[in-house]
Amino acid sequence: MSAPTELLNVQIDGVWHKFPKGTRVIEACSEAGKFVPHYCYHPKLSSPGNCRMCLIEMGMPKLGPDRKPEMGADGKPVINWIPRPQISCAQDIAEGMGIRTDSPMVKECRHGVMEFLLINHPLDCPICDQAGECHLQEYSVEYGTAGSRFLEEKVKKPKRVELGPRVTLDDERCILCSRCIRFMKEVAHDDVLGFVSRGSHTYLTAHPGKLLDSNYSLNTVDICPVGALTSSDFRFKMRVWFLKETKSICTSCGTGCNTLIGTRQNQIFRQTPRENNAVNSAWMCDYGRLNFHYVNYPDRLKTPQIREGQGLVDTTWNSALVKAGEALKQFQKSEVAVIASARMTNEELWLAKKLIDSIGAAYHDVVPRTGKADDILMSSDRNPNTLGAQLIGVTGEHPGSRLREIADKIRSGAIKAVVALGENLTELGLTVDELRRLAALIVVDILPNETTRSATVLLPSSAFSEKRGSMINIKGRLQRLNRATQPPGTARDDWEIIRDLIQQLTGSNGIYLIEDVFKQITDSIPDMNALSHSRITDKGVQLVEETEEAPATV
Amino acid sequence: MASTPRTPHPREKRIIFKNIDRPDWTNDIDCYLQDGGYEELKKAIGMPPQEIVNEVKASGLRGRGGAGFPCGVKWGFIKPGGPKPVYLICNADESEPGTFKDRYIIHQDPHQLIEGMIISCFAVNARLAYIYIRGEFPEGAKILERALAEAREHGFLGKNILGSGFDCEIYVFRGAGAYICGEETGLIESMEGKRPYPRIKPPYFPAVLGLYLCPTIVNNVETLCNVKYIVRIGGAEYAKIGKPNNTGTRVLCVSGDVQRPGYYEFEVGGLTMGELIYDICGGLKPGRTLKAVIPGGSSAKVLSAKDRYKVKTKQSDGTMVENEIGLEDVPLDFDTLAAVGSMAGSGGVIVMDDTREMVWALNNINEFYAHESCGQCTPCREGSLWMKKITERMLHGGGVEKDADTLKSVADNIAGRTICAFGEACAWPTQSFVAKFRDEFTATAGTKGNGNGSTNH
Repeated sequence: MSAPTELLNVQIDGVWHKFPKGTRVIEACSEAGKFVPHYCYHPKLSSPGNCRMCLIEMGMPKLGPDRKPEMGADGKPVINWIPRPQISCAQDIAEGMGIRTDSPMVKECRHGVMEFLLINHPLDCPICDQAGECHLQEYSVEYGTAGSRFLEEKVKKPKRVELGPRVTLDDERCILCSRCIRFMKEVAHDDVLGFVSRGSHTYLTAHPGKLLDSNYSLNTVDICPVGALTSSDFRFKMRVWFLKETKSICTSCGTGCNTLIGTRQNQIFRQTPRENNAVNSAWMCDYGRLNFHYVNYPDRLKTPQIREGQGLVDTTWNSALVKAGEALKQFQKSEVAVIASARMTNEELWLAKKLIDSIGAAYHDVVPRTGKADDILMSSDRNPNTLGAQLIGVTGEHPGSRLREIADKIRSGAIKAVVALGENLTELGLTVDELRRLAALIVVDILPNETTRSATVLLPSSAFSEKRGSMINIKGRLQRLNRATQPPGTARDDWEIIRDLIQQLTGSNGIYLIEDVFKQITDSIPDMNALSHSRITDKGVQLVEETEEAPATV
Repeated sequence: MASTPRTPHPREKRIIFKNIDRPDWTNDIDCYLQDGGYEELKKAIGMPPQEIVNEVKASGLRGRGGAGFPCGVKWGFIKPGGPKPVYLICNADESEPGTFKDRYIIHQDPHQLIEGMIISCFAVNARLAYIYIRGEFPEGAKILERALAEAREHGFLGKNILGSGFDCEIYVFRGAGAYICGEETGLIESMEGKRPYPRIKPPYFPAVLGLYLCPTIVNNVETLCNVKYIVRIGGAEYAKIGKPNNTGTRVLCVSGDVQRPGYYEFEVGGLTMGELIYDICGGLKPGRTLKAVIPGGSSAKVLSAKDRYKVKTKQSDGTMVENEIGLEDVPLDFDTLAAVGSMAGSGGVIVMDDTREMVWALNNINEFYAHESCGQCTPCREGSLWMKKITERMLHGGGVEKDADTLKSVADNIAGRTICAFGEACAWPTQSFVAKFRDEFTATAGTKGNGNGSTNH
């Protein structure tokens, strides 16, 4: 443990508080319940102090002839107020500092800055995507006026600029706070944005010959306080005030960035990062953010099906599960393989392990997915829950190491029945013909592929946004998924499907709550003892020591 | 270009401009050496650096760039023995409208500046210095390059200067043409290859976190030339020139409605506004009367000839007496010009006679500042253009009754709320023009101005 940080006395709007040394003035105010409006300041970026919205009145202790602070009747330092307003975003607190966040001078400053920001801003809120989450709108209500004194023509600037493949810019809406420029330089390490021209004619652009095509480009949209930068994917799709936001995590790689899933009427419209300093700071990559459209695809698997001849026909859940159970009972342990997925939740994997044990399946593994890691957030492990799969025992120390053997044995006919949980077996190098030769192929999945089309029993399940559960990221952090949408048709939650398959095999009483599945896990795995879903909280719990492959801190 | 006096006026005291327009003078090093050049460098290099700093402190020399900050105090911010290199930058961006003094030093007496700079480098222990010269001065840059080469050849620059063991190099850095590059932190950003966005202070005080985040001194051309003179005569002797707290000489650049505009060097406070206009500059054009003066470059607040100004003067017994004086009786020193509500600024004195239309004059200034605002921070970026749009509309017959109030309030919302002093630079003209000539700003409402800047008396 490091030494406790020194606490400094600061007077904010007449009340003395104590804050640790090194606290930014604006943060101290916020902690004291005195929110200071701001545009350019972002706690994760450098502070240029350019918007001037956070001007406050500041003072330092008045020094007596002995160069020591003069004490007032209350035993606290007498404050010498600086006549000029000061920005609160770029200075740390100091001992005896005085701050006024609601004095007439401060109000006048905010009023002035609001007026300046609005004179050249197009008042196109009705067609602006940012409306509803726009700081210019919000502060206008709080600190601005209804009318305008501006009789002149507004400055004309470029509109509908495609800054890159995913970000659209409206320069007239831009308030030149430079957050996006600083993000690209300081976090994304791709310094492609800048201002050109000067004065009120200044506008944002990408450097000549460059595009804002970084895999982190959409974070600029998140931090843009106004409607200047919008997501080309999301713009004009849905007014933000209609969105229901569900806290979850991204499942596109092992990092597990914390997210908000924005939905309306059972459809996902966007994902945005949710701040978690232990995982993703306040960012996420574009790939993960946009990797949800498949959830909304019309060809999602909606009804259980069983094979009849060359084709699959719809059936009821009960008959499909019975058929699957009967099929699996016919084989020797050495004739059955279970291919699970490291994209499954811990709860699903736990039940998958139980299924493996119930069958006594000799072969089981998960399909590894790797790619190039960047030094920002993206992990080389593109599966979100490899650690969970290892901890629960669905796979071993080297995920995927048994897949070649399994594939060979399928080809040779030694393995006659396969349960595929969310994985396409052609990724093991198997052909459709080889899959068709299996006596039983029980497939649980959400979208059609060669494997689902080759199934003898096809059980439609849920996408990441449609279920609850937990995963463990590559840094060993246990995190929760929450349900944002319902699965389509009669598709069911994966854990319930696997539970029912186990029931078909063992006839044992079922589990009715996912919390009970989790309880079973925590009772069995020492690392997770005494945890419950609610104890994981929205920001997760660090389970095991961080592995070497942790992403760079951002 | 207005005619320039080729011979100094008898009332002038030429120290810095001693060699300007001398018929027997050339800007090469031979001429400079024949005139006793680089003798002060030889003297300085034999002094302990701290002693030079002390002499400059004792001289009371105030910065000649505009802010009038005491030079010795600025140097004192550099803590000796720090781990980082110290840089000295000569601010030769001379871009304040109405100011044209530094360019003459550069063109006609470059070695005076270079000698002053080497001495200053020695005093603050800077081994590397730059002359940041505005992009519009290509000839000045060439002259400086040649002069620096000459100084190098003579061993005044480079390694082991004059056998002292002191190494120093000076480079010319050409700006790309923006007023804001004259703001010292904007200048530093520009030198680092970035947009010249002024830095926030704190934490970026140049003496602490300057060029490449190293301790840096930024001094004006004229200021650095004065250092050479201080070394020659000593700080105490220098302090006797001018008035207490307003020491030395000042090069004044007079433009506008006078018979003989041009540059003149006087002891600071050595004459009044009236003496400058009537005795030195030959007065106004026939039949004209004095209307207003901007005393320190276009950003300084305008002073009206109609107003009376309260100034305190020290009596021989040491007591202070407050007098009410007219504009023509205002002595031209730092403190008095501040006391009457303006500033000595960069020394650019802009004289306006009774034919000048104040809305036009202010619009001219507003156009400049709207064009030159760097656009970094909100009040200046938006306010400077707004003020220009208002005065332009007024000029073209679109004035409305509220314009004077709006102008004042926009300016009030800029001054004191920006990252750098440009906020004041662009707000002060509007604040002062509207305050002092309010009638003209309300009279244009609903009328069609002639737009040519003249009231056609």
